Amino acid sequence: MKLSNRTRPAVDADAVVKEALRQLDQPLRRQFLRRSLTLGGLSMLTGCAIVDDSSVDSALMAVSRLNDRVQGWLFDPNRLAPTYPESMITRPFPFNAYYEEDEIRQVDGESFRLEVTGRVADKHRWTLPELRALPQADQITRHICVEGWSAIGKWGGVPFSDFLRRVGADTSAKYVGFKCADDYSTSIDMATALHPQTLLTLSYDGQVLPPKYGFPMKLRMPTKLGYKNPKHIQAIFVTNNYPGGYWEDQGYNWFGGS
Amino acid sequence: MTTATIHPLWLRATHWLNVVAVVVLVASGWRIYNAAPFFDFRFPSGITLGGWLGGALQWHFAAMWLLVANGLVYLLFNVGSRRLFGKFFPLSPRAVVADLKAALKGKLAHDDLSHYNAVQRAAYLFVMLDTVLLVLSGLVLWKSVQFPLLRELLGGYEGARRVHFIAMALLVGFVAVHLLMVALVPRTFVAMLRGR
Repeated sequence: MKLSNRTRPAVDADAVVKEALRQLDQPLRRQFLRRSLTLGGLSMLTGCAIVDDSSVDSALMAVSRLNDRVQGWLFDPNRLAPTYPESMITRPFPFNAYYEEDEIRQVDGESFRLEVTGRVADKHRWTLPELRALPQADQITRHICVEGWSAIGKWGGVPFSDFLRRVGADTSAKYVGFKCADDYSTSIDMATALHPQTLLTLSYDGQVLPPKYGFPMKLRMPTKLGYKNPKHIQAIFVTNNYPGGYWEDQGYNWFGGS
Repeated sequence: MTTATIHPLWLRATHWLNVVAVVVLVASGWRIYNAAPFFDFRFPSGITLGGWLGGALQWHFAAMWLLVANGLVYLLFNVGSRRLFGKFFPLSPRAVVADLKAALKGKLAHDDLSHYNAVQRAAYLFVMLDTVLLVLSGLVLWKSVQFPLLRELLGGYEGARRVHFIAMALLVGFVAVHLLMVALVPRTFVAMLRGR
């Protein structure tokens, strides 16, 4: 930088500017280095807030949809999840929901009726004794939570594929959706609904399914993460329209399979 | 200054894409770990990515494709160009120990950046294998029912969680040493940008 002769001769203009630039330069450089070492700095360098940007959000959602398709393709309808001996059951089996344990919903078993709608032939409402009269099966499998932890439990109930055939469900439909007494909802792919280990459970560890594990019934799928296993089920519907779900609408992967 | 290319363009491209993938995967992975830690600590949320578990999972399951696709391109070029065998072999434990001693005494020469010393060879081969282990253990965590053989090899679902975490810690350890070395020999940074 070159200043003209009209500046006052008392100060060395060049030196002042150089010093100013140096002073300006150093904290800026430090700041730059410090920022470039952080993730926040990464986003500043690219000129956008990486986490809040809605275009990034929709791109991540698009990848999540792609991952649904990849998982559907990877899913082997005959591949069974591992089963375990009774001695390996996790005791106590952890409670988990989007609310705390003191907010567990109490459903009245006497007046309870299970609604079955959508692409099914038989839309009658099921009582609990009717469901308990159907052939039952049980399984000891690993429940894997989206948070990462896992626990082994024993569930008993009606194989869901038997139930779907009994109600004359259109098994070529894409989705089975669930609405629950605790205002939860979710939906699954038909291939998983028909998987031999997918169970409409009415009991836990030989006892009537207790409220904390989803009385009166829970859909148990050892091939899916915990949030895909709805508790307190009130209504089941078969549909070709993507139903989403409580967590899925907020960003959890829809397929959620393991 | 030498004018010969030390790092071909494909190598520099895959290196920097890998940096993006690893930073995103590690930072989002820490957030996922925090949801259910199996050690007695959590990562400070300020250095994690995703904002909440669902967001972190979205980042993680997006960046995994970049890591895998980019890693395959890297391996393909590396094997195809015979660079892998030319640069990383021969490699003997004795040479690693000798070069490590020399390095700790500050006597390891870095005048020719196109030549990897035994410690570099071992470290880079290690991080390749560690990344493969991260991908395989991640596959078990993602799809534990669909990959039974891999799941049992890694000690079941819970075993794979620990393997995935330890492999991450080793990768982060590698990156720390790698950055320190780059700081000590800044020419290597320029070479990874310009190729020379």
